Amino acid sequence: MCGIVGLFLKDKSLEPQLGSMLSEMLISLSDRGPDSAGIAIYGAPSGNEAKITIQAAKPEHDFRNLEAELARAIGTPVNIAVKSTHAVVRTTPDKIDEVREAIQALRPDIRIMGAGDVVEIYKEVGLPEAVVDRFGVRSMTGTHGIGHTRMATESAVTTMGAHPFSTGADQCLVHNGSLSNHNNVRRELIREGMKFETENDTEVAAAYLSSQMAHGKNLGEALEGTLSDLDGFFTFVVGTKNGFGVVRDPIACKPAVMAETDQYVAFGSEYRALTKLPGIDNAKVWEPEPATVYFWEH
Amino acid sequence: MPAINVSKATHEQDHEQSRASRVFDLAEMPLRELNQALHDLAPGSNETAWEVLHPKGSHSVAVGVDQPITIDVRGSVGYYCGGMNDGSTITVHGSAGPGVGENMMSGLITVKGDASQYAGATGRGGLLVIEGNASSRCGISMKGIDIVVHGNIGHMSAFMAQSGNLVVLGDAGDALGDSIYEARLFVRGKVESLGADCIAKEMRPEHLELLQGLLDRAGATGVKAAEFKRYGSARTLYNFNIDNADAY
Repeated sequence: MCGIVGLFLKDKSLEPQLGSMLSEMLISLSDRGPDSAGIAIYGAPSGNEAKITIQAAKPEHDFRNLEAELARAIGTPVNIAVKSTHAVVRTTPDKIDEVREAIQALRPDIRIMGAGDVVEIYKEVGLPEAVVDRFGVRSMTGTHGIGHTRMATESAVTTMGAHPFSTGADQCLVHNGSLSNHNNVRRELIREGMKFETENDTEVAAAYLSSQMAHGKNLGEALEGTLSDLDGFFTFVVGTKNGFGVVRDPIACKPAVMAETDQYVAFGSEYRALTKLPGIDNAKVWEPEPATVYFWEH
Repeated sequence: MPAINVSKATHEQDHEQSRASRVFDLAEMPLRELNQALHDLAPGSNETAWEVLHPKGSHSVAVGVDQPITIDVRGSVGYYCGGMNDGSTITVHGSAGPGVGENMMSGLITVKGDASQYAGATGRGGLLVIEGNASSRCGISMKGIDIVVHGNIGHMSAFMAQSGNLVVLGDAGDALGDSIYEARLFVRGKVESLGADCIAKEMRPEHLELLQGLLDRAGATGVKAAEFKRYGSARTLYNFNIDNADAY
């Protein structure tokens, strides 16, 4: 099953509420997937800053002194904000690769959830409500975000098997469905130089989109490619630094409903996810067509 | 059950009669209590008018009702609304999620908005009216139900449909009637493509009469049966044919 949500704000005055709106949407779909949950929030760009979201199995141990050790390793200060099992490491955009390598060298057990100028990704085993509370997602502000609650069918119930999957700067993806040709596509992407953290099918879809966009395609064109290159069941909701996209496979078994007003575009696996959004009673509500790409950019 | 109110219906404009409805507000009480109360109705009960408020996409609203009552649902519902309905008249004043009227036995379900996937799936009887559009797999494996869609229907509709009538005032998506048995499909607009073993058929007087009756019952005023084309089974898949072996 699984439940997925997405929210792309058009009205800036709603940005302070992005975290709480997206949290409510995800919690309403808890019974579509009790295994694990995750959310990606795209914060407002804050100039000369880039961030990496990291996760540790033993946060007290792994995050202790990390700020000082990283600063020493790269020769310039970094900022680390710890949130439960996750932490957001802030640096300047030109230092981001160096910081990433230093984290991996200093703390090989730490997992990188995602990185970019604006995205923060939080995911853990557990119900959506527990996960959003643990990371204080409700108080987060931002321009857009996506979320997922998982009922695992493919690969283990672990933090790393939870969605969203991020395989490129400020790019991430949530998926309802299962892919059948992911092993082949993964092999091809590995040959291209993409790196994988799991055996999960959804990570392959994320990496496929990252690879397509690295080759110069825009989000819409990359999503179009999934229709011919990925086999299986999928409804994907995708975030990029300034964009938000949706695509369903041609059979379109996996449910999807969207709502649009002057203030936002919202996606939910079911209408239940949308019922608390402002102005929903007068929103345009529709089911995205099969094999049809939808995307919005700021 | 003290939480259940018996009061005048709050939406008078939709009630021509001013009789008392039993009002069930799903914002205040659980769905399970609503369905249990509906199932507890004895034959001949005087509680024949029900109203459900704030469904907010709930699943399984008014499933398994087997008494000839009316149920007005004020808002949009999730999966399986009115499933297994046997004789009640359910009106959804909003849109319906997947599987509305699944396996209906008899009665009438009207959806004022759109319906999601597999509306009326496996239905055995009664009439399902969708006043908006229905998405994919509308009437999949229908077994005697009548379905009238005022708008369009999505792909793979009437897949393996066995009997009953599917009437579409708008257009039909890809692979209409794939592997169909004996259901009749009437489409006024264009059909994106026909599925395996589904063909256009002549409209005979008995079909026109049947169709006009369904259009009238479904409130499709001003729509003439003669505007439709009929589709049904070519009956070439009924028996195993060795020449088709490559297709399996």
